[in-house]
Amino acid sequence: MTTVAPPPLRVDRPTSSGGRSGGVAWMAVPALIMFLIFGVVPLVGVLALSFAQWDGIGEIKPAGLDAWQSVLSDPGLPHALWVTFLIMALSWLFQTPLSLLIGVFLAGHERYREWLAVLYFIPLLLSSAALAITFKALLDPNFGLGSGLGIEFLNQDWLGESKLAVGVVVFVVSWQFIPFHSLIYQGGVRQIPRAMYEAAQIDGAGRMRQFFSITLPQLKYTIITSSTLMVVGSLTFFDLIFVLTAGGPGDATRALALDMYQRGFMAGLMGPASVIAVILVLVGLGLALGLRRLGGRGDESQLEGA
Amino acid sequence: MTTLTTGARTADAQQQQEAPRRRGRRGMARNWIGGTLGWLWLLIVLVPIYWIVITSFKTQSTYFVENPLVPAKDPTLENYRLVLEAGFVRYFMNSVIITIGAVVPAVAISFMAAYAIVRGSGKRFLRWTNSLFLMGLAIPLQAVIIPVYLIIIKLKMYDTLGAIILPSIAFAIPLSVLVLTNFIRDVPKELFESMRMDGATEWGTLLHLAFPLTRPALVTVTIYHGLTIWNGFLLPLVLIQSPDNRPLPLALWNFQGQYGTNFPAILASVVLTTLPILVMYAVGRRQLLSGLTAGFGK
Repeated sequence: MTTVAPPPLRVDRPTSSGGRSGGVAWMAVPALIMFLIFGVVPLVGVLALSFAQWDGIGEIKPAGLDAWQSVLSDPGLPHALWVTFLIMALSWLFQTPLSLLIGVFLAGHERYREWLAVLYFIPLLLSSAALAITFKALLDPNFGLGSGLGIEFLNQDWLGESKLAVGVVVFVVSWQFIPFHSLIYQGGVRQIPRAMYEAAQIDGAGRMRQFFSITLPQLKYTIITSSTLMVVGSLTFFDLIFVLTAGGPGDATRALALDMYQRGFMAGLMGPASVIAVILVLVGLGLALGLRRLGGRGDESQLEGA
Repeated sequence: MTTLTTGARTADAQQQQEAPRRRGRRGMARNWIGGTLGWLWLLIVLVPIYWIVITSFKTQSTYFVENPLVPAKDPTLENYRLVLEAGFVRYFMNSVIITIGAVVPAVAISFMAAYAIVRGSGKRFLRWTNSLFLMGLAIPLQAVIIPVYLIIIKLKMYDTLGAIILPSIAFAIPLSVLVLTNFIRDVPKELFESMRMDGATEWGTLLHLAFPLTRPALVTVTIYHGLTIWNGFLLPLVLIQSPDNRPLPLALWNFQGQYGTNFPAILASVVLTTLPILVMYAVGRRQLLSGLTAGFGK
C-alpha cells in the first residue's frame, strides 16, 4: 500500500508540525461561525444593549448611561448580589465537607461502593425544573411529606419564609450536586499514592492523622476544582430558583440571574437587564480567575496544550 | 452547570493523571464518619425519588389520607393517563428533535474543528480560533440570553424548535472542542503520516483514523451535551411561546402551574419526563460515569 508515491503536491511540505495545514483550516469554519453568531456576538451585544433602551418587542433606542444609572442606584442590585453570594457561600459550606468525606469513603474499592456511586449519580440526571417541582411538592406545608408523616419539624412553611427559602434552595442544590462532587473527590483520593499511607502507618499515624496530613493536602487541587465548580456554577442557578421560588418570598431568593430575567423578560426593561448580565459575566470571570490564583497555578492550567 | 467549570476540572484531572495510579487501600482502619455520611446521604437522595414514584401511582383522594411513604394499596395509572392526554407525547417528540438536532451537528462540527486545530497547529487562524473557544468556556448562557433572544427574533425563528437548536449548538462547541482536541492530540503522529503516505485526504483521515480512535471521547461529549440540552429550561422559556412547541422541562413547568396541588399527577409528569434519561443511564452508565469523572480530564 505505502509504496504508491504520494501526489507531488504533498511531497514538498515539511511535516514537522502536523503536515499540510492549509487543507484543514476550513474544517474549523462551521464551528467558528456558529460560535461567533451565538456566543461572541451576544457577548458584545449584551454590553451594547446595556447602553440602550428596549422593551423586548419594539425599537431599540440608544440611551447612554441611563440603564447603568438606574441599576446602580437601585437597592435591588446590592440585594441580588447579596442573595447570590449568600447562596454561593452557604452551598459551598454545606457541600464541601460532606462531599469530601463521602468522596473519601467512596474511594474504597469494595464492590458495593461502586454501586453507591451509580445510585449517587441519579440526581444529576434530573432537570432543574423536575427537581424544583418535586421539592416544591415535597415541602408543601399542607400536602407535603411533613404534614403527611405528621412530623412537626418537617412541617413548616419552607418556601414561605425568607430564611427557610434560602435554606431550601441551598439544600436542593446540595441534593443535586453533593453526589457529583463526591465523585470528583473519589477520583482525587484514588490518585493519592498508596505508599504515603503505608509510610504513615509504619510511623504509627492514625486514621484522623492520615486524613489531615495526607488526604487533605493531597486533595488541594481537587478541592479548588470542586470549589470552582460550585462557586461559578452557583451564579447560574436560574432554572432551579425560578421554578422553586420565583425569587420569593418577596425578593428573598432573587439572585442575579433571576433579577436579570425578571427585569428583562417580565418587566420589559432589557437595558437594565443587560447591565445585570454584564455584571454577571464580570463576577463569574472574577471568581474563576480568583480561584485559579488561589491554586497557584496561574495560567498553565486552562490553556495548557492549547 | 456552566461550561467553564468543566474546563477547570479538565486541568485538574490532567494534573492528577501525572500522579501514579494505585489501586486498593486496604489495611486501613474503617472510615466510620465517611461511611455513615455516605449511607445517610444515599438515604436522603433515594427517599425523595422513592416518594415521587410511589406518589405518582396514588389517586388524589387517597394521597391525602395514606401514609406518604407507603405505596398505594391499589395503584392507579390515572395520573399517567392525565399527563399523556395533556400532550406529553408531543412535548417528548419536541425534546427528542431539539436534542438530536442540536447534539449531532454540535459534536460533528466540534470534531471537525478539533481535528483542524490539532492537525494545523501551525496556523495562526487556528490558534486564534482555539483561544476563542477556550474563552467561550467562561460565557454563561444566562448572561447572553437577551442578545440571543434578539438574534433569534431577527432571524425570524422565534417560537420554533430551531430557535432552541441553534444556540444550543453554539454553547456546546467550546467544551466539545476542548475535550476532543485533547483526545486527537493523543493519536500518534506516525498514524497521520502513514495515512498521508497512502494518499488519504484530510477528510478521509478524519473519518477513517481520527473518528474511530476518538470514539470514547465523542460518546462522552454526546452524552454530556445530550443531557444538558434535554434538561435545558432557559432557552425554551425565553424563545418558545406556543404550547405546541414546548419541550419537556417547559411543559413540566406549565403542567405544574395548571394542576396546582394535584401532586400525584404532577409527580407522574416528573417521572415520565425523567424516565427516558434513566433508561439511557441504565444502558450507558459505564460510558457516562467514566466519561464525566475521568473522560473530560483526558
